[in-house]
Amino acid sequence: MIPEIGHFALTLALFVAVFQSIVPIVGASLRNARWMQIADATAKIQFLLIGVAFGALMWSFVVGDYSVLNVVENSHSLKPMIYKIAATWGSHEGSLLLWVLILAAFGAAVAIRGANLPASLKARTLSVQAWITVAFVSFMVLTSNPFERLTPAPLDGQDLNPLLQDIGLALHPPLLYLGYVGFSIVFSFAVAALLEGRVDAAWARWVRPWTLAAWIFLTAGIALGAWWAYYELGWGGWWFWDPVENVSFMPWLLGTALLHSAIVTEKRGTFQSWTVLLAILTFSLSLMGTFIVRSGLLTSVHAFAVDPERGIYILAMFGVTVIGSLSLFAWRAPQMEGGGLFAPISREAGLLLNNLFLSVGAAVVLIGTLYPLFLEAITDEKISVGPPFFNSSFVPLSLGLLVVMGIGPHLSWKRADLRGVMSRLRAASFLAVLAGLGVWYMQTGGPVMAILAIMGAVWLGFTTLLEWSRRIRLFDGSLADSWRRIRSQPRAGHGMTLAHFGLAVCVIGFVGSSAWKEEFVTFAETGDTFEIAGFDLELRGVTNVTGPNYTAQRAILQVRKNEKPVTVLTPERRFYDVAGTQTTEAAINSTIAGDLYATLSVVERDGANEWTLRLIYEPLVGFIWAGVFLLVSGGLLSLSDRRLRVGAPKRSAKPVTARKVSA
Amino acid sequence: MIRALAFLPVVVALGLGAFMLWGLTGDRDPSEIPSALMGQAVPAFELVGIEGMDGPGLSSSDITSASQPVVVNIFASWCAPCRQEHPLLETVAAIPGVSVFGINYRNEAFPARRWLGEMGNPFERIGADLDGRVSIEWGVTGVPETFVINGDGLIVYRHTGSLAEPGAFDMLKDAIAAAGAT
Repeated sequence: MIPEIGHFALTLALFVAVFQSIVPIVGASLRNARWMQIADATAKIQFLLIGVAFGALMWSFVVGDYSVLNVVENSHSLKPMIYKIAATWGSHEGSLLLWVLILAAFGAAVAIRGANLPASLKARTLSVQAWITVAFVSFMVLTSNPFERLTPAPLDGQDLNPLLQDIGLALHPPLLYLGYVGFSIVFSFAVAALLEGRVDAAWARWVRPWTLAAWIFLTAGIALGAWWAYYELGWGGWWFWDPVENVSFMPWLLGTALLHSAIVTEKRGTFQSWTVLLAILTFSLSLMGTFIVRSGLLTSVHAFAVDPERGIYILAMFGVTVIGSLSLFAWRAPQMEGGGLFAPISREAGLLLNNLFLSVGAAVVLIGTLYPLFLEAITDEKISVGPPFFNSSFVPLSLGLLVVMGIGPHLSWKRADLRGVMSRLRAASFLAVLAGLGVWYMQTGGPVMAILAIMGAVWLGFTTLLEWSRRIRLFDGSLADSWRRIRSQPRAGHGMTLAHFGLAVCVIGFVGSSAWKEEFVTFAETGDTFEIAGFDLELRGVTNVTGPNYTAQRAILQVRKNEKPVTVLTPERRFYDVAGTQTTEAAINSTIAGDLYATLSVVERDGANEWTLRLIYEPLVGFIWAGVFLLVSGGLLSLSDRRLRVGAPKRSAKPVTARKVSA
Repeated sequence: MIRALAFLPVVVALGLGAFMLWGLTGDRDPSEIPSALMGQAVPAFELVGIEGMDGPGLSSSDITSASQPVVVNIFASWCAPCRQEHPLLETVAAIPGVSVFGINYRNEAFPARRWLGEMGNPFERIGADLDGRVSIEWGVTGVPETFVINGDGLIVYRHTGSLAEPGAFDMLKDAIAAAGAT
């Protein structure tokens, strides 16, 4: 009964969305206030209905209703409760349901929080949002019904992939989706503004908090995925330039660019068409990510439920959305240029450079990701593009970005004095060079790019701190005065400092753990001792362990440094009987200096087990997680800025109507 | 100018869409990446034998001068799947009219000798690829890998990973039979 209620609610939500996709937008053109207002109610109802559907599916998982096909395929009675709940979005159908739930949630949030929006912009935005809902919910109802029943019902489920039984992964898809789908509302705002023919400072102000919220979720989601790959998968790394990772990274890059260009549009009334284009492209890349992940278009280490027929449907949706919005852009954009002028050396120019680096970076990742497809289509040749391409193309670009990031915040709007700024930053340059020489002295063997990147990170860290200390007059005034300034200045500014500093911390982690990583694989017997990065590891033995729904072999490794015991590492190889799969549980000893990482694999030969150990030392990897924490905290701090929460910008009274389009 | 530029995104998007539509249709298996060496001659190399073992080293001329099919296996003592597939190599070596050669990938002499002593040595010749350079020439992405070279000295088959994987050994035997027939 409950699953049927869910199915019914989902179908009902489709009808509400169809209604919302037409009536408010027509009302906006007819200037019919009542038709426009309807969007508020329908957006909330839509969210409620999809919420009911999602709740019904979750309920089926929680109680273990094995007459529902989706539950049978993705759950098992022995599974811990939290993973039963997480299994709700573990499958193709369930994750789509989560997708539309978040889509509807953002729509409802605009309906509730957007009291200060002009009625027509709000109505159009919510209608555009409903177009997306219609596309996705109809896709579900027609091809991917999560509530499909199964007769006769089996006695128990077939388990969820045990790799997914991890708290990191239980949270990874929801966060990533909140990011991906969060950009949908920004997209809707952009399309609505294009339809209105009006993109101005007020529009940018309304869009910024939504962009920032989506960006925070996307940042956290990507980082959680990387963290999960590192801790759970036992790959000994956190990023592999795999297509599925790349498609989440591209919206992040463009979303970051959007975050910055929207500031220029708000403060200086320029870059309008570029900001709108970024808003459209960011969500388009999110959609493309969904498409690539779900269609099996490219080869990936990530396994998803793949179905070419569904692929065609998603491609069609993707095509209509992207081609439609970009055509609208091509038609309307040339009419809305203008705005404040600025000198080649100015805050605007700095942000322009930032946008240039970020979007070229996104283009490089896009080309690298899709190149195998292009090549195969044209020459029938098959290749794979791996880390070497991205390391030699993307990494130098990001070095340029680091340099610009250090200078940008010091520049003033309109016209800045570069020589003055550079002389203020002499200390930071000196420290960066010093850090580079220090690293070179310690690690002569590493790649040159690593030294440059560390210099870039130190440069960014210190210039960011310098800018902050100048802003609060840390060194020329009393501490009490500085404290007063900290409290009185907008939180968005502090947020920027925190986020920029966080990126510097991240870069140190990226470089340390990729350039100076030590790794080896060895066959091991009880009593063997291995040496890595100054640690001695002795294999004490391998024991059998029994967990709730798995059995495992656990190696016991005594770690010593300079003869003194440091810790005991216990990597495991787990066998999940019901699912018939095995997983690797890496054992990690984390310190600020780096992580000591061990995984175990077991081979059976002549009835006896043999063990292979993979030992890795990843220097500074903890900096990545710390840096991401700072990035996200910076974002949250900015989001809490009063100006973004209650700021009800007044539109200029003069209507900036679009010029008549010549035929 | 600006007007034309504004159309650029949509044109690029259409192009990308066309490629994606192509990618969805037809029998594609994106995960299948054939070796660029297929149908090519073996790369030129010369390796000494494992230090302290009697057997000769291995060079490309040993492979090309053989008139019969040759199986080249890349292995290392530290590699668990190599242990798993090792007995199968003994089976291959027992097939009449086939030579089995080994390339010992980044392995120190002592563990390699101990391993071969313990597990048995199916190889007529072994080259010790201490720095892994020769294996890179072969396009090896990991150990173990197995190549079949026909009587003309051309690479006709490549298997990455353990031969003990389901179906892998039968495919190898078919490839050997096919290489011998030419």
